[in-house]
Amino acid sequence: MKKFINSAETVIADALLGLAAAHAELKVDLQQKIITRAAGPRRGKVGLVSGGGSGHEPLHGGFVGTGMLDAAVPGEVFTSPVPDQIVAATTAVNGGAGVVYIVKNYTGDVMNFQIAAELAGDEDIQVETVLVNDDVAVKDSTWTAGRRGTGATVFVEKMAGALAERGAPLAEVAEVGRKVNAASRSFAVALTACTTPAAGKPGFDLPEDEMEVGVGIHGEPGRRREKVRNAKDIVATAMEAILADLPLTAGDSTIVMVNGLGGTPLIELYVLFGEVAATLRSKGIGIARNLVGNYITSLDMAGASITVCKADPRLIELWDAPVNTPGLRWGV
Amino acid sequence: MMNTAWAMAWMQALAASIEEQTDYLTQLDSAIGDADHGANMRRGFAAVLTALNGFSAETPGDLLIKVGGTLISSVGGASGPLYGSAFRAIGKALRQPSPSDEQLRTALADGLAAIQKLGAAVPGDKTMVDAYAPALAAFEEALKQGGTAAAATERAADAAEEGARATASLQARKGRASYLGPRSVGHQDPGATSTALMFRALAKATAAS
Repeated sequence: MKKFINSAETVIADALLGLAAAHAELKVDLQQKIITRAAGPRRGKVGLVSGGGSGHEPLHGGFVGTGMLDAAVPGEVFTSPVPDQIVAATTAVNGGAGVVYIVKNYTGDVMNFQIAAELAGDEDIQVETVLVNDDVAVKDSTWTAGRRGTGATVFVEKMAGALAERGAPLAEVAEVGRKVNAASRSFAVALTACTTPAAGKPGFDLPEDEMEVGVGIHGEPGRRREKVRNAKDIVATAMEAILADLPLTAGDSTIVMVNGLGGTPLIELYVLFGEVAATLRSKGIGIARNLVGNYITSLDMAGASITVCKADPRLIELWDAPVNTPGLRWGV
Repeated sequence: MMNTAWAMAWMQALAASIEEQTDYLTQLDSAIGDADHGANMRRGFAAVLTALNGFSAETPGDLLIKVGGTLISSVGGASGPLYGSAFRAIGKALRQPSPSDEQLRTALADGLAAIQKLGAAVPGDKTMVDAYAPALAAFEEALKQGGTAAAATERAADAAEEGARATASLQARKGRASYLGPRSVGHQDPGATSTALMFRALAKATAAS
């Protein structure tokens, strides 16, 4: 393993130190391991708290700021945060109007946020949870822990964040978050495994000519292993799975993200986006807005995810609202 | 006698075996999960030893409740809440200076109930439950046959280890391994494996008490 780290034990603390040094507009609490806006909570504004394992940067710390999150709670690498951290973040961002938790559907995240919500309730802070589960690579059945939360998390954080910024009440902010999740589907493919600092070697062996199809964001193997094909074929597989599950018809509008998992250069992501755009165009479906780049990653994994959100004018307006965070910035 | 020294010995034995098996647990987890179970458990039990250092407990239950809270506050992931809730439940049932064998049985049953309530797993899902449930059954059977607590925990540890080994042939239906579908078959579950360590440590501490 070759990584720019001091030690596997101090990776998170050292990264938080760097984040604080780079962004004066953020407040990084090294003791509690939480990242908040330096300006603090705004009276009457719903607070947005999200978090999960580290290793997905810029998610979530990179999305703290005006128009998006109020706090991010990073756990250890690929491990959800603990309830104490989440409660500390909740208290820190509470402006009296309640707090929305944006939680990706992974067993550990769900449990820790659930315990935190109960503890916050004991302190009379109203909490609503938006569960993100957009990954169509996972069959939503009793045979799994349910669909994973992946790329749609970025969409939920952006659009719910925009609504919260305008002073919308708790229930409405949570509702738009759930609506964005329900309108979004993702699918990911990995070309290499990633290496967690604690493990020191790649999570699995993948021959040079093979890829993992239907992966999540934790370096775990996917649903199946296949021979590597060209970008057009890979996009066809991903889009087939997405469109089979997301009812889109000619004339519909979408927001599309082609996201790198950490180890894929932008040139390849643009190749993929070109294929996604061609696929949708051939069906008469428009792409109103897009993101191409690294937004929700899996350390150094070579791979990409595609997320499609069916967008109505209201969602597009929320998407366009000003945002000023380390990872996403426009309109300001 | 199952007193606070016994509970302390149980936790010290467990912390030592987690430390020794960290790489093995991580290796099991990298096959079907995200390669952090060993590191997470080691972090949790290091925190437990620190928390218990100088902690004065009146009953073994008080000590184990402290352990549970410490695990919830330091581990994260799914194993933090699951082990944390289990030890809190076990501890709540052992708030006597020296609980009886029957009280230990109730406590272990409460621990399993806490895990199943939070994780909604049943036997066969390829989780901690596949080691814990047979361990509890073996413990109860041994007591019923008139065995001592030491003998019963020994039987429980054997059953937990067997249960953990048997998870290899199961397809995961809970947790991150479930996303692999049939590909999870052939790999031993890391959570069931650490649960077996927990019962082996219990047997060691009980034999010595």
